[in-house]
Amino acid sequence: MDAFNPSAIAVERLTKVYKGTTAVDGISFRLPAGSITGLLGGNGAGKTTTIAMIMGLVTPTAGTVSVLGASMPKERYRVLHRMNFESPYVDMPMRLTVRQNLAVFAQLYGVADIAPRIASLAADLELTEFLDRPTGKLSSGQKTRVSLAKALINNPEVLLLDEPTASLDPDTADWVRGRLEQYRVAHGATILLASHNMNEVERLCARVIIMKKGRIEDDDTPARLLARYGRETLEEVFLDVARGRTEQHEAVQ
Amino acid sequence: MNSADAGLEFSLNRVGAMVRRYWYLLRSSWPRILDLIYWPTVQMLMWGFLQLYVSQNAGFFATVGGVFIGAVLLWDILFRGQLGFSISFLEEMYARNLGNLMMSPLRPVEFIAALMIMSLVRLSIGMVPVSLLAIVFFGFNLWAFGFALAAFFANLILTSWAIGIFIAGVLLRNGLGAESLAWTIMFLFLPLTCVYYPVAVLPDWLQWFAWILPPTYVFEGMRALLIDHVFRADLMLEALALNAVLFAAAAIAFVKLLASARVQGSLLQTGE
Repeated sequence: MDAFNPSAIAVERLTKVYKGTTAVDGISFRLPAGSITGLLGGNGAGKTTTIAMIMGLVTPTAGTVSVLGASMPKERYRVLHRMNFESPYVDMPMRLTVRQNLAVFAQLYGVADIAPRIASLAADLELTEFLDRPTGKLSSGQKTRVSLAKALINNPEVLLLDEPTASLDPDTADWVRGRLEQYRVAHGATILLASHNMNEVERLCARVIIMKKGRIEDDDTPARLLARYGRETLEEVFLDVARGRTEQHEAVQ
Repeated sequence: MNSADAGLEFSLNRVGAMVRRYWYLLRSSWPRILDLIYWPTVQMLMWGFLQLYVSQNAGFFATVGGVFIGAVLLWDILFRGQLGFSISFLEEMYARNLGNLMMSPLRPVEFIAALMIMSLVRLSIGMVPVSLLAIVFFGFNLWAFGFALAAFFANLILTSWAIGIFIAGVLLRNGLGAESLAWTIMFLFLPLTCVYYPVAVLPDWLQWFAWILPPTYVFEGMRALLIDHVFRADLMLEALALNAVLFAAAAIAFVKLLASARVQGSLLQTGE
């Protein structure tokens, strides 16, 4: 990150069109270093495409993305070792043991002391007893923890999470959220979290960006969103936005 | 943009990480190892016994022992070399791991280097035992080719890698819908590169096409060695020049297909 660009992630008029269909439509936002932001939206709102463009996996049709001062995807190799991600669209190789998988990714990310790093992560994420088990033999919750361990293997400064607690039971999901919050506080990491889970966003995020049909419909703190829509939960705010009920409409009602 | 930004920087450590990943996978599954040896053995035995039968009943073949077995073994270097490269790549797609790799600091050139190394590892596991079996069953010693074998091998493996790189690009761009190409494309080369017969057998117009394929020179070279006892260095050099062109074309195609995959958004969703 340079002195002129204090944002860890800066998105300017970002657009993605797939074969005539606009998936992301000219969105802009900046995420300060050390912040945790929720990206909310229904299916097809453009959350995953936005995250994929931030990661450099998808080339924007128009607009710019900058991560830690590097223009994505053109300068991605300058910063990829300082980022990481977790997504339901990818898996860890199932036949490899947890230890083998983490060792491969640690080496890819240039982690200096691989064995102690794996041991420490495994202890933090309660994976020690599973380290020598094939990843494919683990339960869904255990696999999510392995994916999280991979996402944290390089102590990333920017962490992109796409539905990190999808398919987890409430207890495990809550445990994962706690670990993410701990990580952010301990490392000052910037976290962008795409989710359908309103409780998750409400609990973790200081800021919420709500997307609909590729556009940003609203962008504020959870408290201000609740106040503005006159609602008690973010789920109700989300439903208002998803169904096109505006704050003024609510006021008239 | 400097070379690091362009993904041209090269790290042996990251190549080592990928080789480690494929080695873990290979050693965790005995059917994968068995598969590497099974088909080359069956092929070699079938063609070897056929040659034995023909040579006992036809004067010409009695004087050129080993042409069929030699052709089978060299063909397997070409075919298994490409398959070894492509299968390692496909394993990433089956495992839904490509997104993890593409999002990591691993450069495309390092990924390709790791796939090349694994192609050699898989080829060695399959071909070394089979070449020894050829000695036991038919008295055919591929290793006796000496320097010629090194020249044949280098040219065949270069072609197999070039095809593998191109197929990897197509898979990135089109997903597993293009998987069958990885398994079958080399069979297009089987009749055209004249594995089991001289180029002169082909019609004139097809000979022109055969001579633009590097393996054709290798198989002609092998026949020259076994039948005329002459090592045709000229053929090997021509094959090497064609391989350089083929390899460069495959690398360019890969880069363009990867860029297209980023535009189409197919790197995260690499299914059918």
